[in-house]
Amino acid sequence: MTTHRNLLYVTRLAFLLALLALWQVGSTRGGFEFYISSPIAIGESFWHLLRSGAFLFHASITTAEAFLGFAIGGGAGMLVGVGLGRSKFLADVLDPFLTAFYSLPKVALAPLFVLWFGIGIEMKIILAAVTVFFLVFLNTYTGVRNVSREQLTVIRIMGANEGHLLTKVVLPSAITWVFAGLRLSVPYALIGAIVGEIIASNRGLGFLVSDAASKFDTAGVFAALVGIVMLAMVLNVAVKQTERWLMPWKASEGLREVTV
Amino acid sequence: MGLLEVRSGDLVIFTEVTKTFALGAASFTAIKDVTLRVRRGDIVILLGPSGCGKSTLLNLTAGLIAPTHGQVLYAGRPMDGLNASVAYMTQADHLFPWRTVAGNVGVPLEIAGVSRAQRTARVAELLALVGLSDFASSYPNQLSGGMRKRAALARLLAADRETLLLDEPFGALDAQLRLTLQVELLQVCRALNKTVLFVTHDIEEAAALADVCVVFQGLPGTIAKVIENPLPKDRDLRALRFDPRHHAFTNELWAMLTPDLAVPPASSAAQMH
Repeated sequence: MTTHRNLLYVTRLAFLLALLALWQVGSTRGGFEFYISSPIAIGESFWHLLRSGAFLFHASITTAEAFLGFAIGGGAGMLVGVGLGRSKFLADVLDPFLTAFYSLPKVALAPLFVLWFGIGIEMKIILAAVTVFFLVFLNTYTGVRNVSREQLTVIRIMGANEGHLLTKVVLPSAITWVFAGLRLSVPYALIGAIVGEIIASNRGLGFLVSDAASKFDTAGVFAALVGIVMLAMVLNVAVKQTERWLMPWKASEGLREVTV
Repeated sequence: MGLLEVRSGDLVIFTEVTKTFALGAASFTAIKDVTLRVRRGDIVILLGPSGCGKSTLLNLTAGLIAPTHGQVLYAGRPMDGLNASVAYMTQADHLFPWRTVAGNVGVPLEIAGVSRAQRTARVAELLALVGLSDFASSYPNQLSGGMRKRAALARLLAADRETLLLDEPFGALDAQLRLTLQVELLQVCRALNKTVLFVTHDIEEAAALADVCVVFQGLPGTIAKVIENPLPKDRDLRALRFDPRHHAFTNELWAMLTPDLAVPPASSAAQMH
């Protein structure tokens, strides 16, 4: 098992190095350095960003925007998802409206949000929140609608009231779906924040990308992109850890040898 | 329709109960003209081949479904919605996969508002009763089929209701464990004067546990015969094998059911309207 895993890591590392080498050689020898920069130049640019503290500054702003948007949108999505999931009539009434709004690319709302909320951090948070909301809402709703009727009946016979049904059956069994929505939302929260920054801002990783590009600094663009990828990976790990912590029965499922 | 008069001691009374389920355009009659008295404190075994509507009687008693014709009285009153006096152990265990075994067994206690300390003590007691103490913190997906059944049985007993509905509860258990749990069930029910409706297709199990054995037949299910166990209520299950009265009772059940078993259920035409 460990040898297998070591082999995996070694192969991955080799692949990464080969990729970087190809990039380096290709761009310097081929004369594309202006367009695709080179790993060494990007490394230098990134190092410079790190040392000057600029990376931490911009990354913390983007993180705050994405995180708040994620929390607000995710929280609202869960609440509305559970509410509509438990009320068939309300869900039927709202269905066409929600579908219409869901089909709208949320990024198209950015100019409107600039008008409403200005170009500060609020506008990015709201853009991220709106994007996240629908993903989490739809997943939560599906989860709540998919709760086993048998399990609900079993607990009703035990004398459960609506509150018991919600806390003891509906929420725990929908949580798998909720987390599927949350995991999907991580990159979208970042998209909301970064698109907001690219459109109108003077700070954040999105601003760093557009600022570097406007100066024809390709290495700077790539350095900012590397930062964004790192941020996304950290957020993903955070969601996964929370998931593991909130759903211990899933871990036992994963470890179990499969039998039929 | 002549209703059965309510006698003192009667807990559940079925009067000419027919239950028809709609399946799209077709319909399916599970039981037809079932008339039955269940006395308080009795263990009533519903015995018969698979698919002859035995579980339907449990669902009616739990108030999950209403009869199409006829009447079900519980404690002298017509059924109206869910029956708050029964605990139901369904054929599928329906344990919650997100709760540990102890957590699952504690659900009825949580609903009843039992304090945490009392709950923990009661759950430990029940788990010891069904031999699952070592698995209190395991999740259902880590248990074998028999262990899941035992967990469901513990949860059933946690509910503390006057009537227990059990749908083939011991089907997945080995013979020794089955006997142990049968003995425990009998003991618990006698001690607390529980009334039990118990569905099984196992004749030996029926003969051992029944105070009254209701033999079902056919499709739709009808009652072929109601047979009282000749043995006293305080019988010792472990000594039954040596009792000629038990043998006679068992043989009577075999004789009742053998014609039904000889004809596979598929060949007897399902009644579709």
